[in-house]
Amino acid sequence: MTDIISTPRAAPYQSDDFAARLRKRYAAERRFKLYGIAAIGIALSMLAVLLASIVSQGYTAFAQHDLALEIYFDPAEIDPQGTRDEATLSGANYALIARQSLQAIFPEVESRTDRRRLNAIVSNGAGFELRQMVMDNPGLIGTRQTVRLPLASDYDQLLKGNIDRDVPEANRKVNDQQIQWIDKLVSTGNIVNGWNWRLFMNGDSRDPELAGLKAGIVGSLLTLAVTLGLAIPIGISAAVYLEEFAPKNKLTDLIEVNINNLAAVPSIVFGLLGLAVFLNAFNMPRSAPVVGGIVLALMTLPTIIIASRAALKAVPPSIREAALGVGASPLQVVTHHVLPLAMPGIMTGIIIGMAHALGETAPLLMIGMIAFIVDTPSGFGDAATVLPVQIFMWADSPERGFVERTSAAIMVLLAFLIAMNAIAVVLRKRFERRW
Amino acid sequence: MTAHTQTMAGVAVRPQAGTLTGTVPKMDARGVKVYYGAKQALKGIDLEIPERQVTALIGPSGCGKSTFLRCLNRMNDTIDIARIEGLITLDGQDIYDREIDPVQLRARVGMVFQKPNPFPKSIYDNISYGPRIHGLASRREEMDEIVTKSLQRAGLWNEVKDRLKEPGTGLSGGQQQRLCIARAIAVSPEVILMDEPCSALDPIATAHIEELIDELRENYTIVIVTHNMQQAARVSQRTAFFHLGEMVEVGDTEEIFTTPRDERTQGYITGRYG
Repeated sequence: MTDIISTPRAAPYQSDDFAARLRKRYAAERRFKLYGIAAIGIALSMLAVLLASIVSQGYTAFAQHDLALEIYFDPAEIDPQGTRDEATLSGANYALIARQSLQAIFPEVESRTDRRRLNAIVSNGAGFELRQMVMDNPGLIGTRQTVRLPLASDYDQLLKGNIDRDVPEANRKVNDQQIQWIDKLVSTGNIVNGWNWRLFMNGDSRDPELAGLKAGIVGSLLTLAVTLGLAIPIGISAAVYLEEFAPKNKLTDLIEVNINNLAAVPSIVFGLLGLAVFLNAFNMPRSAPVVGGIVLALMTLPTIIIASRAALKAVPPSIREAALGVGASPLQVVTHHVLPLAMPGIMTGIIIGMAHALGETAPLLMIGMIAFIVDTPSGFGDAATVLPVQIFMWADSPERGFVERTSAAIMVLLAFLIAMNAIAVVLRKRFERRW
Repeated sequence: MTAHTQTMAGVAVRPQAGTLTGTVPKMDARGVKVYYGAKQALKGIDLEIPERQVTALIGPSGCGKSTFLRCLNRMNDTIDIARIEGLITLDGQDIYDREIDPVQLRARVGMVFQKPNPFPKSIYDNISYGPRIHGLASRREEMDEIVTKSLQRAGLWNEVKDRLKEPGTGLSGGQQQRLCIARAIAVSPEVILMDEPCSALDPIATAHIEELIDELRENYTIVIVTHNMQQAARVSQRTAFFHLGEMVEVGDTEEIFTTPRDERTQGYITGRYG
């Protein structure tokens, strides 16, 4: 037996058997490489399909058709006494003024039914926007101005081609006569297409053409600020303590297991916790970013702690020994050497956690952040909603205008996520030290 | 602050525990036993470490040399499962006494590790870190002086004086190890422990470090663990041979290498095992 091993033999490596085995090995390698490429290809194409469907549905929402009407700010209608009193100014019927100027373009429309149909072209928001203009600048009263007012969503959709003109009139939201009026308005230049600033400057609305994301964006920022403020210090401190200082015993083992389990707990459970503890037991305000932030912080803590611990563990022990060896105290070892070196990894954890929090809907539903919010929240205690919940609510609305806006809102949310990740990459590059 | 600069110079203010020849040991270990969990790594070590001499610890791998070395500045404290019995004194004071702060002790008993481990910071910051946390310099010029002197004493000054702002990790292996030695002496320790400082270095860098150790002997008490018998013979005045957690023999280096009393020592230094 011994000479089989000890004598060098060339023969087995030149046999046909060996060549066949070698070919098989290479074939396996090529197959494996192909599987990998296929997997990446599938993942990328899924992503491409997803993005394409969102963008193709949503990009039109960033532009919107407006009515450009010549408005006569009639003193007799707005302020008959000429007192410029705020209550009078705000109580005037601005919707009527908008309608009158539209009717001036179509003098031939006389019957009540036809007039009502014509008036439907102007959005309900037109009156509010006119009022806001007058309240901001009472000097407008008595003047004639060309003003861009919102076009009702159905007509905007018609112009964008989302409402099919070939569908029989009875099945169409817009009747033939209204189509004629719209076409005329386009030809006279009374309908203009432009950047949809209402999408970013308005809060939510029942009317798709007026609904905007401002309340959701501000709500998201406020909520995320609370989450960041709580999750980062608590998460890093917990990770540092567990990794660097805590004795290794049954209790810390139990804590570790529980943290890992918490990371897998469905987010809605955190929402229920927030409802039971923060709203019911502590009587904190409903729908408020402060409560949402606390709940999301609880939800992201396990992610941040786990990632931070992994990053701390990855710092070579030789650095700790070096610092201890020159007489640094354990805390100095951590703050001067270990933490700075672990920072890139910790920040990755934080960003993953924050991205998770920014996109989270379920727990916020439980604490009432699904409210219909028109006004932009001005503080942590105000009723607010967040971007993903806003998307959820719009996705629930049947109007064609909301379909488009839902996709647009998703794009805005994605833009925020990409921006956050970009910041994370930049920060990480800055913190990273070459070894 | 001048007191500190004098400490830097090394000789002037150091408390004298005996004559320069080291009749009263700088450090003294009596019956040191170390357990890692249930496993006993050291079985009662008695060893005197004379002042201003190089004491070499030799022996086959796993014999407890490094464990013993790490007891001398309480680095084993950082290992949860390590348990230490026995008495180790520094200038007659028990270093495992409750009164003794391990942080302060490590400033007095510095350490150089097997693998060069500079901080991923600039060369200047590597040296100045220790003095800064111990408050050894209050002004910029004082710190500059400490850095300069430490690098000079470690024989690295001429190679790095123009690039103190560059990262210490960018130096070659031998330079990094000398940087670590400079970092250790920057806090003016009384004893320097070296754990196989040359095992990761090439012969030329090793020769550099050995020369350096010989020079440092004037001012510091040095304990060096080495696997390299020639190195022990070259740099040390006293040698202790460890085997399986016991200290078999200790004596003047010449004696150990020429006329070892124990046959295990003889077997090891003649290369029969280990």
